[in-house]
Amino acid sequence: MVGIVIVSHSRKLAEGVKELLDQMVKGNVKVELVGGVTAEPGTLGMSPMSVKEAIVKVMDSEGVLIIGDMGSAILSSKTAIKMLAPEMKEKVVIADAPLVEGSFAAAVEISAGGGLEDAKRAAEESKSLRKI
Amino acid sequence: MVLAQVFTASDLIEVVYRISLCMQENEKYLTDLDAAIGDADHGINMNRGFRNAVERLRQVNQNLDIGGVLMTTGMVLMETVGGAAGPLYGMMFTNMAMVLSGKNELDKKGLSVAFSEGLKGVQEIGGGTMPNEKTMVDTLYPAVEELKKASNDSNVGLVDSLERALRVAEQGMKSTAPLVAKKGRASYLGERAVGHQDPGATSTYLIIKVIYEFAKEKGG
Repeated sequence: MVGIVIVSHSRKLAEGVKELLDQMVKGNVKVELVGGVTAEPGTLGMSPMSVKEAIVKVMDSEGVLIIGDMGSAILSSKTAIKMLAPEMKEKVVIADAPLVEGSFAAAVEISAGGGLEDAKRAAEESKSLRKI
Repeated sequence: MVLAQVFTASDLIEVVYRISLCMQENEKYLTDLDAAIGDADHGINMNRGFRNAVERLRQVNQNLDIGGVLMTTGMVLMETVGGAAGPLYGMMFTNMAMVLSGKNELDKKGLSVAFSEGLKGVQEIGGGTMPNEKTMVDTLYPAVEELKKASNDSNVGLVDSLERALRVAEQGMKSTAPLVAKKGRASYLGERAVGHQDPGATSTYLIIKVIYEFAKEKGG
């Protein structure tokens, strides 16, 4: 099953997103969080190392989808992927998607049996989802 | 030719230490620049990153070659900076480290190759960043071009090549003020970012300035 890594500047924001996902998919999708600078507790941001660790934790044969909030979340994720072993590298993708809606759509897709590309597409399609 | 036309590994440890002092001195300046168009943490983040790099280098200092000093610095920056500057400067230093692995001396040719690789890392992680996007690339790109020119000119020494690089780096840094940002937090501001010099372009300039001043002092 595809794993999800949520990357946010804020630990609280990442935890909130995970809370939403867990409720929706009943904990059936592996979700790992990255948020806040580990080396400096209480500081907003993240490090590529923490993203890399999160990827490794949820990695299995189907791969890992990363969804980040903005800016350095994406830069850190790209850098983390570069640091992975080659066989792992090709099984990790970053969704160009909003954090809350994208994570939610991906989790639903994965819990329904979707693969990595399906999850990525679901997350990215959520960008154009109308709320009103 | 002057004797001191190379950097050694211990020189580079000293350079990292001086960059850390410079970031400490400029913490407020960089953070104020970032407050205008970003999230007001660039100075704090850079200061924290380089302070941690200095500490780590003190701990592992034994027998590091030039690549080792730069790799250690880059990894610590990635771990501890927190903002976008972490992966960007982290990639810059680790990319430089890759081409200098096993080296105990760095001449102007090596410096040029290393900076060129460093720039590639920054551009790649940034998504193909080019000048005029109001980023650190506005400073780094022209500096790399100047270092390349100097490395092929036998009349130019290490210090002179850095002086030339610093001059164009400063122009590049200043050129970011009138630009609309295409990358990073400032890109959300659109026209409102116009008139503010980019914090990342500024920290890159400061780093090149420290390297130049160290080289000059060492005797060029």
